[in-house]
Amino acid sequence: MGKQEFTISLFSENHIGILNQITIILTRRQINIESITASESAVKGVHLLTLVVKTTSEMIRKVARQMEKLVDVLKVFVHTSEEIIYQEIALFKVTTKGMMSGNVIDHVVRTHNVRILEVSPEYIVLEKTGHKAEISELLTHLEPFGVLQFARSGRVAITKQVKELNSYLKEMDEANRFKPEGTEIYNRN
Amino acid sequence: MKGEEIQDTRYKIQDTRKKTMKGQKETQQEEVKVNGSEQISGAEALLKSLITEGVDTIFGYPGGAIMPVYDKLLDFEGSIKHILTRHEQGAAHAAQAYAMVTGKPGVCFATSGPGSTNLITGIANAYLDSVPVVFITAQVVSSLIGSDAFQETDILGVSMPVTKWNCQVKRSEEIPDAIAKGFYIATSGRPGPVLIDITKDAQIDNLSYNYKKCTYLRSYNPHIPLHTREIESAAIMINHADKPLILAGHGVLISKAEKELREFAEKTGIPVALTLLGLSSFPAGHRLYAGFLGMHGNYGPNLLTNEADLIIAVGMRFDDRVTGNLKKYAKQARIIHIEIDNAEINKNVQVDLEIHNDAKEALSALIPLVTKRTHEQWIREFRICDKTEYEKVIKSETRPAEGDIRMGEVVNMVSELTGGNAIIVTDVGQNQMSAARYYKFTEPNSLVTSGGMGTMGFGLPAAVGAKTGRPDKEVIAFLGDGGFQMTMQELGTILHYNIPAKIIILNNSFLGMVRQWQDMFFKKRYASTELINPDFVMIAGGFGIPAKKVTEREDLKKSLTEMLKAKGPYLLDITIEKEGNVLPMVEPGASVSEVTLNYKS
Repeated sequence: MGKQEFTISLFSENHIGILNQITIILTRRQINIESITASESAVKGVHLLTLVVKTTSEMIRKVARQMEKLVDVLKVFVHTSEEIIYQEIALFKVTTKGMMSGNVIDHVVRTHNVRILEVSPEYIVLEKTGHKAEISELLTHLEPFGVLQFARSGRVAITKQVKELNSYLKEMDEANRFKPEGTEIYNRN
Repeated sequence: MKGEEIQDTRYKIQDTRKKTMKGQKETQQEEVKVNGSEQISGAEALLKSLITEGVDTIFGYPGGAIMPVYDKLLDFEGSIKHILTRHEQGAAHAAQAYAMVTGKPGVCFATSGPGSTNLITGIANAYLDSVPVVFITAQVVSSLIGSDAFQETDILGVSMPVTKWNCQVKRSEEIPDAIAKGFYIATSGRPGPVLIDITKDAQIDNLSYNYKKCTYLRSYNPHIPLHTREIESAAIMINHADKPLILAGHGVLISKAEKELREFAEKTGIPVALTLLGLSSFPAGHRLYAGFLGMHGNYGPNLLTNEADLIIAVGMRFDDRVTGNLKKYAKQARIIHIEIDNAEINKNVQVDLEIHNDAKEALSALIPLVTKRTHEQWIREFRICDKTEYEKVIKSETRPAEGDIRMGEVVNMVSELTGGNAIIVTDVGQNQMSAARYYKFTEPNSLVTSGGMGTMGFGLPAAVGAKTGRPDKEVIAFLGDGGFQMTMQELGTILHYNIPAKIIILNNSFLGMVRQWQDMFFKKRYASTELINPDFVMIAGGFGIPAKKVTEREDLKKSLTEMLKAKGPYLLDITIEKEGNVLPMVEPGASVSEVTLNYKS
């Protein structure tokens, strides 16, 4: 089975060591992390980790279940790139001299939608948001003019699915918090 | 609620009595009441929390960082029994065995640094075999953490891959909550070991103690609602199967579903095969008992796994020792997997129907939906296999006419002498496989063995834990001469507490299982497997444990009877055939239907 890119959205309690626990699972299976982003989520107190990995669909199912099994992990979603809306952000520090030659500035702003964050006699700082490929393309374009520094963030992603984390949390809550006798069996299908 | 109140009063009474007895300085022990909760040290809070969780026995080993806790233990001698093992690994194994035979979580103490790292083998062992053990390790003073202080280890980092959950407590007021959470996590869902690392200052500092049991964590969902549709589908599959087979594992014992398993099997007429850790969950003498699964399991259940049209796996995880070559495993069968751990479903074997739930709940829901049937023809196939196995393997192993004593012979004799009622503890290797194969288990939770991890040296400390947990039962340990020497210092624990465990060394002066593999797969090149052994009888003598060496067949029965009659601990060193092989065997890489019954080197 061929490898493909998956985005893991992992919601967890904000506990020390959670990232370590996640990477242990990936390391055991020899899966490399392409990118990783940690942030708050829309639910108060819930932490969101967005990981991009390349592996087979069979393997991603197994590791996602192992991640979800961790005590401090609330819910894990795995998506292919088509199922999410995602962005990455990159900052470029380029030489002012290089940028001033010809119509470079004009070109990058118009075609690459670049924002200029700072201008000094020595360097200019540019910001580009987009997919990895677009950012790479811009980097290739800028390289001849002298890129002094380049940094790209991990992926941030929003899912297209309708059911939100909150409703999953509510379901889990119902199953675990209230357990009066005799209400064990019910049909969720 | 009531119970807690009563307990609290009891300790107060006890404390007062201690004070008056010893006439201690009032200032040191004085209890200050703040808002109805008492001010006590972290160490005392730890012990009180444990008592509230029903703990009465702790296995452990002291050291610098954990001294405040041990000091406090002296004041709780009446309610907590501490067993001092001779190595932290021993304490970990003993705590696990204690948990396995009692059904209560085991508790184990160790100090920081080497104390905690010595636990790791035991923690990993409990993790792979899903046994609830709460490990409490001490940590250096919180201000020193991270500075490579004396006996400092990042035990959280080290234990993370082998614990279900772990945490570090740096402030005394966090101790009760951490303990409550640890017990809840260790014992619920798929059980497992947890580790709580407590800094020395947190043990010393005071807190206002108030214990609240943990019953809910937002991110942790051990209770899974049963999906009626899945149960109904399973029932339809079961009712229409011609050659169904139940594979039952440790999960049946953990969820206490032995009765349900039996009822389900008897109603549907389906034969039951057991994994190593599932042994004793279904009576060995039952007409539907198909046998023991796996690499050295019985012929019938292995072979017929590849004949069955439906496999119902209950509380087991399709370990590679059970499945053999996965590419040729039960391809003809439809598979229903009843399993509480979602990560185990579709991990090794792709199944047709997942029932992600507790074994007891799922079986109870299934029983009313299945029709009463018999599968006489199918059962007969198992009996034919049993006969073949008896003729080719079991007969010569359990009732050899000549030659040296064999392992199967000893186990079989012990099984007959105890009526299958003893708790059997094993080490790892040939002794373990022989015990699993030839002991006829009749009662649930009567086998204590290291399954997933295969930890040599597990046996002797596990016997200490098992006998401590079930003093009412005969506890018999089958050990190899190799494994025994890995942890034989625990004879000191047996001496210290006069633990009447019975120890049988199946002595072939070899690392038997490795030698068997060298024999079968490495052209009989015996690299580092032959052992020059000490005189085990003399060693036992040094620990004040009565012991006897058995070399002749005619002495065997008498010696075993003598051992069983002994009131205290007893060790038998039985000289076994040097180069005996455990058969049958599903060789590595072979399919479960390619069972080796005869092997001539």
